[in-house]
Amino acid sequence: MAKKMHDTPMLDKLESGPWPSFVTGLKREAAKKDIMVDLLGQLETSYKTKKGYWKGGTVGVFGYGGGVIPRFTELKDEHENPVFPDAAEFHTLRIQPPAGMHYDTATLRKFADIWDKYGSGLIGLHGQSGDIMMQGCTTANVQPAWEEINAMGFDMGGAGPALRTSMSCVGAARCEMSCYDEAKALRTIINANIDDMHRPALPYKFKFKFSGCPNDCVNSIQRSDMATIGTWRDNIQVNEQQARDYMKGHGMDKLVNDVISKCPTRAITLRNKADAVTGDSISTVAVDDQHVMQIENHDCVRCMHCLNVMPGALLPGKDKGVTILVGGKSVLKIGATMGTVIIPFMKLESEEDFEKLNEMSRNIIDFFAENALEHERTGEMIERIGLVNFLEGLDIDVDPNMVNHPRANPYVRMDDWDEEVEKANERKAAA
Amino acid sequence: MAELRAPDECGVPDPMPFMHPTLRENYGKWVFHSHPKPGVLYHRAENGTEVWTVKFGTARQLDGYTVRLLCDLADKHADGHMRFTARSNVEFMVTAESKVDPLIKELNSHGFPVGGTANSVSMISHTQGFLHCDIPGTDASGVVKALMDELHEEFIKCEMPNRVKLSTSCCEINCGGQADIAIIMQHTKPPKINHDLVANVCERPTVVARCPVAAIRPALVNGKPSLEVDEKKCICCGACFPPCPPMQINDPEHSKIAIWVGGKNSNARSKPTFHKLVASGLPNNLPRWPEVAAVVKNILAVYKADAQPWERMGDWIDRIGWPRFFEKTGLPFTKYHIDDWRGSRTTLNASTHIRF
Ligand code: HEM
Ligand code: SF4
Ligand code: SF4
Ligand code: SF4
Ligand code: SF4
Repeated sequence: MAKKMHDTPMLDKLESGPWPSFVTGLKREAAKKDIMVDLLGQLETSYKTKKGYWKGGTVGVFGYGGGVIPRFTELKDEHENPVFPDAAEFHTLRIQPPAGMHYDTATLRKFADIWDKYGSGLIGLHGQSGDIMMQGCTTANVQPAWEEINAMGFDMGGAGPALRTSMSCVGAARCEMSCYDEAKALRTIINANIDDMHRPALPYKFKFKFSGCPNDCVNSIQRSDMATIGTWRDNIQVNEQQARDYMKGHGMDKLVNDVISKCPTRAITLRNKADAVTGDSISTVAVDDQHVMQIENHDCVRCMHCLNVMPGALLPGKDKGVTILVGGKSVLKIGATMGTVIIPFMKLESEEDFEKLNEMSRNIIDFFAENALEHERTGEMIERIGLVNFLEGLDIDVDPNMVNHPRANPYVRMDDWDEEVEKANERKAAA
Repeated sequence: MAELRAPDECGVPDPMPFMHPTLRENYGKWVFHSHPKPGVLYHRAENGTEVWTVKFGTARQLDGYTVRLLCDLADKHADGHMRFTARSNVEFMVTAESKVDPLIKELNSHGFPVGGTANSVSMISHTQGFLHCDIPGTDASGVVKALMDELHEEFIKCEMPNRVKLSTSCCEINCGGQADIAIIMQHTKPPKINHDLVANVCERPTVVARCPVAAIRPALVNGKPSLEVDEKKCICCGACFPPCPPMQINDPEHSKIAIWVGGKNSNARSKPTFHKLVASGLPNNLPRWPEVAAVVKNILAVYKADAQPWERMGDWIDRIGWPRFFEKTGLPFTKYHIDDWRGSRTTLNASTHIRF
């Protein structure tokens, strides 16, 4: 039994209604734990005054420089004593989940038991970067809790100017759009660079994210410094039975309005069977006895729309790989930026392919570590130095897929134009 | 003191031992999916193996009782496995269609809303707020609870033109991320500086360097080293607050809530887009933020009535144009909707493309 609950009239109002209530959960823990009784007291105060009362500090585990988010209360009485002493320390341990956030119940029960023993019992599943957030722990309990979690085979996530916990989509585990082994890519890269997660020494945070296809279910373009996104080079695969099923279920107007006219590059044409065109880059599928749908794959930008609307009827091609984009981040300090293409396509199947990706990731982190200013993200660094300097630093060739359109202003020195043309010709010859 | 154990730097765990066996056995071999009903996904592998996924919402911040309840339900219905989505929904996988309805019934009986698939409004991706952040202007879990209560019907049904993703952020740093509708704390007054504390707790050059508009200067105040802010320059972004808590940016009265729309992460149809400001000045009205809920619900209702199938919020606005977005939603268009930050001219209409 814990101590008496504080009155929480504001929070009580968040217990009614159809959505699961976190307040009800906090109260269940408060029935057992003083730390949660006082956490509710502080939270209610925040609701009343519209002010936050946490400050950071330094709390960590032996051997690591990051991964614990320290929280000390600033809500003090006139003698500088915490108003809610049992929640005066309320730290979070960020723990990396299995790639794709798959669990068996034995593991989750063990987390719940450990957090009953050492913490507030409150587990956030998951943070926006993908961490298991074990929330609410005293300074003294951080180390023993961590040792038990670590003994389960789980490792701490990132915080501060460090490599951060990564995310991959469900992908190959349960999605026909998946173009590579997302979990393997995530584990290859994160585990090879784990030192940069545990010992923060980068200019600022660095995030990798992995999506199996351009639907980008883990928001990698906007939320990661390096996005690895599945794609393919050859023709969209078709399945006539599924296409006919779609047509039977939806009809011609849906096919035209929902699929064909919403293709962003007008790569899809509906034709009478007799007028069907042929060619190496054309995917053709009959939708009924009279009509075929034809995709000019050179025009297709792999946006995923038609595959999403006609699942199973249209599938990614067989020559799969990934596109790499660099520089996505949120608002601070120059405004949100999206990742931009630096590798339009690379294969990601063999061990050597994964090793190549791993090497490139390492090079990018190293370049970032050496060239970014303090508290500058990759996207900001590229904005400051220009994409070309970044590419040259990494020895990556320029490619027209990297731009929306070529330069539209003449403000540039082009002294060695001829040499650059020579290089372009060499690249062409080598391709 | 007991011997400290050196960490086992084991890194990201291999998901295979944790994964539902049917997913593991058919890894990379899926060929078809469909949406049998709201909250349920059907997937088929190339060898004909079938799996049904039941998706449901949680409070994200889970107490031990809820974690164990989820485990009990997964043991009973779903072979002892589950996975979480990036938006904190839970997915139970079952291998026979007959197992779907009993599972849904039991989840509902415990208050878990089944939904969030296909063209529904999914769970709001959100941040930490008063519960755990050191710089929040408002709460996160509470905003989400209040809004998801209001949007519950849209979560458990699939009646939107396309999927709708929401986010909330308790400061302008926007940890919640880009979304079809994003709800973000917006400060409207420069930080009030607690000069007594600056000298002790702030590394002044760091704070000065953080400001995106160079509005902060070192200064001597009452003979002590402190900082001063050029209030005309200050854009109230709050960037100075994390490194220097005496730069009090949170203002219980003047920190307001803004609504942004049309962000999209996916590459489907259009390229990914950032959300755009449509409303601001909404009060931070705890514990249920009714004014914010009203604006969000109104935007959703107009979108639902007006967008074509498969148009995301941003696709819809691309078709009808911003003037009609403001007209249809009744939201006022002000001078603050016109960007004046770096690169803003590319956001202006340099054409005669005007809809009447
Ligand atoms: C000062 C205190 C801050 C706190 C307490 C805080 C808290 C958090 C938390 C708890 C998460 C989720 C983490 C996880 O998944 O493990 C998060 C994610 C995030 N934070 Fe913060 N944050 C802070 C500062 C910042 C700053 C300064 C920025 C940007 C300049 C920022 C941008 C983000 C972004 C973009 C995400 C989502 C990342 C993703 O999806 O991968 N945060 N933050
Ligand atoms: S990003 Fe693509 S492959 Fe990954 S889960 Fe989403 S749709 Fe599937
Ligand atoms: S995937 Fe290709 S063909 Fe299909 S809608 Fe997108 S661009 Fe068009
Ligand atoms: S959005 Fe701001 S206040 Fe909210 S968790 Fe992120 S940094 Fe903290
Ligand atoms: S709020 Fe932003 S603009 Fe204003 S002084 Fe602080 S960092 Fe500078």
